Amino acid sequence: MITQAILRALDKKAIWVISILIAMAILVPLSNLLLPTGHPLRVPNYMVSLLGKYLSYAMLALALDLIWGYCGILSLGHGAFFALGGYAMGVYLMRQIGTRGVYSHPELPDFMVFLGWPELPWYWLGMDQFWFAAIMVMFVPGLLAFVFGWFAFRSRVTGVYLSIITQAMTYALMLAFFRNDMGFGGNNGLTDFRDILGAPIAAQTTRAALFSATAIALAASFLVCSMIVKSKLGKVMVAVRDAESRTRFIGYRVENVKLFAFTVSAIMAGIAGALYVPQVGIINPGEFAPANSIEVVIWAAVGGRGTLIGPIIGAIVVNVGKSYFTAALPDFWLFALGGLFVFVTLFMPKGIVGVFTSAWSALRARRASARAQKGAGPMPGPSTDAPARPSQRQDNETETPPGAKPSPAE
Amino acid sequence: MVDTLRADSLLYLDGVTVSFDGFKALNSLSLVVKRGELQAIIGPNGAGKTTMMDIITGKTRPDTGEVYFEGSVDLTKKDETEIANMGIGRKFQKPTVFESHTVWDNIELSLKKPRGVFASWFYDRDDEDTARIGEILETVRLTHRASEYAANLSHGQKQWLEIGMLLAQDPKLMLVDEPVAGMTDAETIETSKLLNEISKSRSVVVVEHDMSFVRDLDCRVTCLAEGAVLAQGSLEHVSADPLVIERYLGR
Repeated sequence: MITQAILRALDKKAIWVISILIAMAILVPLSNLLLPTGHPLRVPNYMVSLLGKYLSYAMLALALDLIWGYCGILSLGHGAFFALGGYAMGVYLMRQIGTRGVYSHPELPDFMVFLGWPELPWYWLGMDQFWFAAIMVMFVPGLLAFVFGWFAFRSRVTGVYLSIITQAMTYALMLAFFRNDMGFGGNNGLTDFRDILGAPIAAQTTRAALFSATAIALAASFLVCSMIVKSKLGKVMVAVRDAESRTRFIGYRVENVKLFAFTVSAIMAGIAGALYVPQVGIINPGEFAPANSIEVVIWAAVGGRGTLIGPIIGAIVVNVGKSYFTAALPDFWLFALGGLFVFVTLFMPKGIVGVFTSAWSALRARRASARAQKGAGPMPGPSTDAPARPSQRQDNETETPPGAKPSPAE
Repeated sequence: MVDTLRADSLLYLDGVTVSFDGFKALNSLSLVVKRGELQAIIGPNGAGKTTMMDIITGKTRPDTGEVYFEGSVDLTKKDETEIANMGIGRKFQKPTVFESHTVWDNIELSLKKPRGVFASWFYDRDDEDTARIGEILETVRLTHRASEYAANLSHGQKQWLEIGMLLAQDPKLMLVDEPVAGMTDAETIETSKLLNEISKSRSVVVVEHDMSFVRDLDCRVTCLAEGAVLAQGSLEHVSADPLVIERYLGR
C-alpha cells in the first residue's frame, strides 16, 4: 500500500529532483573535504553552510506550499513552526555545552545561571538526549499546528481571517520568547553551541555532514509531499482549495483534510528549523518575526505556487539574491524584495516554474502544429485516442490536456 | 397517522421555518418525498426553494420544524458531510465542479468510497472503480472529454458533470437545483430523460423554472411561494390552481 504510494509519487520530475538533492548531499561534502584549498571545483567552507541554510529555507517553503498551493491555506505564520523546531534543536545544543560555559555550571546554561535559576525548568529535561530532542523537533510544532488547526478549521475560519490569526500566532510567540521568564534565553536566544552528537559543531566535517543531512531531509520531504499530492488525498486537497463547500457536500471532512495537511506541513517546517539552527549557530526570537513568515510566502510565490519544485527554486533564488544584495546594496534589498513580489504577482502568476512550463508547452504545441502542417498525419491532435483510453492518460502526469490549465482560486 | 407518513417517507419536512433578519425565507414548510419518487419544485424567485435545499443538506439550520431522513434520522442535528455520507447528494444552482481537476478526477473524487484522510491517501483505483467511472461518464456523455480540465467544459457540460458526480456518490436522494439553466433545447430534453432514468433507482427532487422541462419530467409538482407550499399535484392540476396563476405563472 505504502510502496504503491511511493511508486506513484516517483514520476520523472520527482526522480530528477530527488537525484539532484542526493547527488548534492554526496558531492558537496566530498568536494569540500577532499579537494585542496584553491582547487577550482572545491566548494568553499562558507558556501557549505550557506547552501545548507538555503536548503533548509527551501524545505520551509515546500512545507508552506503543501498547504498554500495545494490546499488553499495561506499561513502567514509558518516561521513559527520553523522557529519552534529550531528552538528544540537549540535546547539540545545548549545542553551539550556542559561545563564549557562562562560560568562552568555542569547543568545550567549561562543565561540561567545569570538569572539565578536554581535548576533546569521541566521542559528542558530530557533534551540532552538527541533522540528525545529529535522527537520534540517534530512534536512541538506538530502539536501546536494540530491544536491551532483543530480550532481554526472546525470553526471554519478560512481565507484572510485564517492568515491574520496565523500571523497573530507567530507574533504572540515572538513576544513570549522575548521574555526571560520563558526560559529560552530571552532576547539573546540560544547560541555558543559546541557539540552536536558528540562532534564539534565548528568542525568542517560536521558542517559538511549537516549540509548532507539537510539535502537528504529536503529530498525526503519532497518525496512525502509528492506522495500526498499525487494521491487521491492530494486531489481532495486541491478540491478543498477550489471549492470547499462542494467538497463538503460530496462527503469529505474538509476540516480533517486541512488539519492533516497543516500538521504535516508544520512538522516539516520544524525539521527544517532544526537543521537550520546548527548551521547558522544561533536561534533567537527574531525568527518568529511576522515579516519572516511573509518572506516564505514570497519564496513560494516566486518559485511557483501549487508545484513542488517551485518553492524550492523560489527559496534558493530569492535567498541568493538576498545574500548578494544585502552585501552589495544593503539599503536596496527590501525594495528589491517588494518589487520582486509585485512583479511576480503581476507578470508571473505561476512563478518561475510557470514560465518554464508554459514556454515548454508552447514549444511542444508549435512542434505539433508544424508536424501537422507537413501532412504527417491526417488527424492531428488528441481527439483520435481520447475516447479510447481515458484511464491510462490519468496516470500520466506529463500528458497535459490541450486546454489551458486553470489557475488556483485565491 | 402522521407518524406512518413520516416512517414511509424518504424525506419528511414538517413546519420548517427559517428567517434571515426577520425575513421568513421558509414559513412553516411541510413537504414529503417518497422513496423512489421524482418530484419537481417550482415557484417564483425568493419562494425558498434553495433555502429548503440548504436546510436538507445541513448548510442552514431551521429555527423551528422537523426534518427527517428515512423516517428516523433527524437532519437538523447533522452537518453537511454526515448528511452527504448518509446518501443525500446535491447539485448547486450554479454548477460547481472542481475546475482544476480533469473530468475523470471529478467523478473519481465523488465515487462512493471511504472518505477518510488515510483511506484517500492510500486509495488505488481498481478495475471495478474504473469501469464504474467509465459507465458514469458514458451516462452523462462526457467520455470524450474525460481527460479535459473541468474548467474547459461548456456551461451545459458542467451541469452534466455535476449530475455525474452526484451519480458517483450513489445517493438515496438527489437534490438537483436548476439543472437545465444554460442548456440548449436538445440538451434539456436529454436531461429530463436522464433524470427520469435516475429516478428509477432513487428519489430525485428537481428545482426548476423551465416549465416545458417540468412537463417533460412528468411527475408530481410542488409549487412554493413565500416559504410555504402553495399547491401540489400533477402539473395540470398545479398550473390550473388560481393561487399559482396569481402568484407565479401569471407574473
